[in-house]
Amino acid sequence: MSGEAAPAVTDENPLAADPRWHIRVRGLTKRFGDNLVLDHLDYDAERGKVNVIIGASGAGKSVLVKHMMCLLRPDSGSIWVDGTDVFSLAPRPLAEFRRKFGLVFQFAALFDSLSVEENCAFPLKEHTKKSKTEIRDIVNDRLSALGLDGTQRKYPAELSGGMRKRVGLARALVLDPEILIFDEPTTGLDPIATRNVDEMILGTAARYKVTSVVISHDMASVFRIADRISMIHNRKILASGTADEIRNDTDPRVYEFIRTSGVVAAGGAGA
Amino acid sequence: MAEPAPEPTAAAAPGPAAPGAAPPPPGEPEVALGNAVWIGVKDAFSPITRFLDVFGGHLMLAGRAFAWLPRRPVRTANYLEAADYIGVGSLPIVLLVGAFTGMVMSLQSVYAFRTFNLESYAGGVTAKALALELSPVLTALMLAGRAGAGIATELGTMRITEQIDALESMAVNPVQFLVLPRVVAGMIVGPMLSLLSFIVGMAGAYFVAVVIQGIDHGQYVANVKSILTISDVAQGVIKSVVFGMLVILIGCYQGYNASGGGRGVGLGTTRAVVTASASILILDYFLSDLLLSIMGGPAT
Repeated sequence: MSGEAAPAVTDENPLAADPRWHIRVRGLTKRFGDNLVLDHLDYDAERGKVNVIIGASGAGKSVLVKHMMCLLRPDSGSIWVDGTDVFSLAPRPLAEFRRKFGLVFQFAALFDSLSVEENCAFPLKEHTKKSKTEIRDIVNDRLSALGLDGTQRKYPAELSGGMRKRVGLARALVLDPEILIFDEPTTGLDPIATRNVDEMILGTAARYKVTSVVISHDMASVFRIADRISMIHNRKILASGTADEIRNDTDPRVYEFIRTSGVVAAGGAGA
Repeated sequence: MAEPAPEPTAAAAPGPAAPGAAPPPPGEPEVALGNAVWIGVKDAFSPITRFLDVFGGHLMLAGRAFAWLPRRPVRTANYLEAADYIGVGSLPIVLLVGAFTGMVMSLQSVYAFRTFNLESYAGGVTAKALALELSPVLTALMLAGRAGAGIATELGTMRITEQIDALESMAVNPVQFLVLPRVVAGMIVGPMLSLLSFIVGMAGAYFVAVVIQGIDHGQYVANVKSILTISDVAQGVIKSVVFGMLVILIGCYQGYNASGGGRGVGLGTTRAVVTASASILILDYFLSDLLLSIMGGPAT
């Protein structure tokens, strides 16, 4: 709902108070030089659901998710994941903590010097003591689940944009993460590839029971996949709710964002 | 005759205020002046602050890399791969440059000493110059042009395509994974290349002096033995360790901190070569001074 404030956190351990929320962000403020990007932002991601964060380019969506994985440190504020205050973690527990996450980058960020199989095997080689056969089995399983059979020996440069994203997802899935983050997964894809990526996100969420956090401003895709949508505007979360709640939001800034994108829902505000 | 209509005044509107125009509110000029002075001071010192910023950035990157040295996991394959790229990859060019440097040094020395009928001294002078200066410095310059530039481009591309962020997101420290093996490899492979360059340089020098210029073999070799000391070679090796680290560290720094797409990577690569080359030549003077005072150069 427009302006819906995230539930107040009074407990020392907010997750214990309400297991519904997997990630809870409170009062997050981040500034790069003189540029204030996030200003006392509160946000919640629901466990096991597809949580989409929308907002204009440069609104701070990527900055927010990088904080969730502790890839950036805030000027103030806190983030709780599974009852853990992520910014209080020492380097070794932090490395362990990051394994809860799988991050799928906008342009996949595959290592170009490694083949598809080696890319997917990389996290397993780094963090587990599994044998080569076990690693190959896991990689083949993930690649097969995403329709990438036969690409094992190929290099990233030989793949299409959509395939690279699927390989990026396969790599993110090999360590069985609890939370998957997709950074603008449909940017630069044609409508068919976009739909395929949407199905991939939904299929993955259902099959692996992960909490998904998706950054996007492709509203058609957002309404196809989202269980919960949050909109960043003016350095804060302006609105949060289910897809229907956001579709029917009366806040003119939310409506304008959705309408301008060409997606006008039946019964939506002003429709 | 009708007077031409006056020009519209729109153009004059945004121009400077005429004298006697509305004065700024009281108190404001002081603030503006203070700001202007502060901005002026910052601009005047910006080259110094930029230099300190970059210099400090290199030190911090080196510190972060070496802090990871004793910590697991030790990725042997990364070290070997880096040594292969920096060492084996640079070997042909280093040997070629080393041989011709020895040859030309020998040629010039023979002609210079012939004036005094002391051609046989050419061997000793060439050996000393190669061991102390030419081999370490020219090898380092070759490394800057080849390995330093290559590393800056590779890491820069990894940075702008988010591959370095991907490493971090997979709980792999990118400094430990990418920077440390390359810097260590540079420190080990640099002196090895420099020694090889010295050896082929001396072979080239011998060929020019003895075979082409007809200097007596015995005199030439005896002269080299009497003038060249083990300390000279050791000083060259120590310099090469420092230069090897410096060249690769600068390449890593420029790549690791690249931004601004392909152009940014290109600029980083250019900066890596220019900064490394200039740093080698500047540092060479101070390092030579220090090493000569410690390891016994000629008395002054």
